[in-house]
Amino acid sequence: MKILVCISKAPDTTSKIAFKDNNTAFDENGVQFIVNPYDEWYALVRAIELKEAQGGSVTTITVGGADNDPIIRKALAIGADDAIRVDMDAKDAFQVANEIALQAKEGGYDLVLCGKETINNNGGVIGGMLAELMDAPYVPLATKLEVNGSTAEITRDIPGGEEVLNAELPLVISAAKGMAEQRIPNMRGIMAARSKALNVVAPSGTEANTEVKSYALPPAKGDCTFIDAENPEELIKKLHEEAKVI
Amino acid sequence: MSVLVFVDHQNGKASKASLEAVGYAKKVADQLGTDLAAISYAGINADGGIGAYGANRLHVASNVSVPDSGQLAKAVEAAASAEGADVVIFSHDDLGKAVAPRVAVRLKAGLVTGVTSMPGDGLEVTKNVFSGKAKAMVSYKTDKKVISILPNAFGMMPNETTTEVKEFSPEVGSAGITVKEVNTTASDGEIPLPEADLVVSAGRGMKGPEHWGIIEDLAKELGAATACSRPVSDIGWRPHHEHVGQTGVAIRPTLYIAVGISGAIQHLAGVNGSKVIVVVNKDPEAPFFKAADYGIVGDAFEVVPKLTAALKSFKANH
Ligand SMILES: Cc1cc2nc3c(=O)[nH]c(=O)nc-3n(C[C@H](O)[C@H](O)[C@H](O)COP(=O)(O)OP(=O)(O)OC[C@H]3O[C@@H](n4cnc5c(N)ncnc54)[C@H](O)[C@@H]3O)c2cc1C
Repeated sequence: MKILVCISKAPDTTSKIAFKDNNTAFDENGVQFIVNPYDEWYALVRAIELKEAQGGSVTTITVGGADNDPIIRKALAIGADDAIRVDMDAKDAFQVANEIALQAKEGGYDLVLCGKETINNNGGVIGGMLAELMDAPYVPLATKLEVNGSTAEITRDIPGGEEVLNAELPLVISAAKGMAEQRIPNMRGIMAARSKALNVVAPSGTEANTEVKSYALPPAKGDCTFIDAENPEELIKKLHEEAKVI
Repeated sequence: MSVLVFVDHQNGKASKASLEAVGYAKKVADQLGTDLAAISYAGINADGGIGAYGANRLHVASNVSVPDSGQLAKAVEAAASAEGADVVIFSHDDLGKAVAPRVAVRLKAGLVTGVTSMPGDGLEVTKNVFSGKAKAMVSYKTDKKVISILPNAFGMMPNETTTEVKEFSPEVGSAGITVKEVNTTASDGEIPLPEADLVVSAGRGMKGPEHWGIIEDLAKELGAATACSRPVSDIGWRPHHEHVGQTGVAIRPTLYIAVGISGAIQHLAGVNGSKVIVVVNKDPEAPFFKAADYGIVGDAFEVVPKLTAALKSFKANH
């Protein structure tokens, strides 16, 4: 089975979020970058587990500049076999999906996995766009994934329970919590990653469909009103009369 | 050139998130000086309740019976073309996440998801980014536009009208998925977390799963859903779908009560859209108090039962 995993770079979850150039760009100054957690913890690790159990290969794909190489090497250290980087500074998700779709079609993958969303753009659209561009079935927010021959069994949460779906490969899945357990790369993996292929390819030149005009930070929260632990009636009263939420 | 809105359904009725999207779409239609059409699929009963939110017409793709994103995208495209709709609106819920990106590709439309504002004059919209730590204003470069709104960001906007229901059978090909089984574990009356207006959440401060009774009692008295911090679901004290935060579910209830949760930045990212936050923590220095509207410094095992009792007597008097 040939598996393609979409890997994106994201600021570390504790990063201070600030903007520059008149609030039109994220200020990367002092920010540590990580592999987007959904891509790494769930999509990538499940892909590696499937390969370990059934054979095949795991390729990662990233759309971005050379500043993505450290996180790509991390994915290789965790256990991907090789990596593709489409060398472009994408402006929106459609550009990213389109570049990935071109590579996915050319590589003839059976399974394309991505995380449910990135923690910086919170779009959650790459998988769906990819599936449409590849004319493949798509199941987002999968919590379990099994593959038997050419059929996949996918579990996902629904309100108040879960549903189990079947779909034929080739297939696109977005991964949510539950699909796998995070793996910490070991020394051997880190050494091996250095000699694995990271193939840089030129972009096709798709145009973006949307454009971020500006960013803003939310207004600062007012002070917390403290209520005596012996007097919870006071809290109920305030929630009713002042906050009007009950 | 109507506005088109996608409607999901459960038990024959439009889902709450879809009704919110219909209300939003009606406002967009008013803004553009046009009317509102809706698209749904087999299983919706009559208008599914969307007439109360302003939809003038409902197209039901009677040949699509499973929520298959590929088929639904084709049905939405067919309805958009029949209506001449250049603006298509979704809720960014589980099905919207599957269908909206496919529709955007088919229509060659720009797509913005998780939208938290009404569109501006040029239909530019605002969305949450960095997991709620910032907002971005995004504009479209395409003539056609798909807007997918963040659930619970707008609330319900009733707008009574009569919906004309039309069944049709668009060209959708075969389904890419089949449903093997559906297991609902929720007991009757349990409120799904993403839709809940009121949420009671607890963290590692509860010491163990056997102590969750007081949390459930408070939630029940309030009519609230329950949630938890990540370590709590990681250790298996609570189910995964209760995990809120940057790497769990992001919620925006009107009231979020956090008990024994420290308020780590990754936790806050999933709950900072809540209208009112109440924090109960025994440590006055807990970072969560900085994000709270109301705080009680105290031991959860004493404070929570008292709070439940106080709520009971409040309800008896109101
Ligand atoms: C990449 C990444 C992603 C993450 N994503 C998430 C996420 O999505 N969601 C999330 O929640 N976390 C997430 N985390 C974890 C996060 O950093 C915190 O570790 C976690 O939120 C802490 O959970 P907690 O508040 O329940 O536990 P703790 O931090 O241990 O806090 C327990 C709190 O309970 C209080 N307490 C103890 N006893 C009592 C008592 N008797 N009465 C009242 N209060 C009491 C303590 O004072 C303390 O404040 C993430 C971490 C990383 C690195």
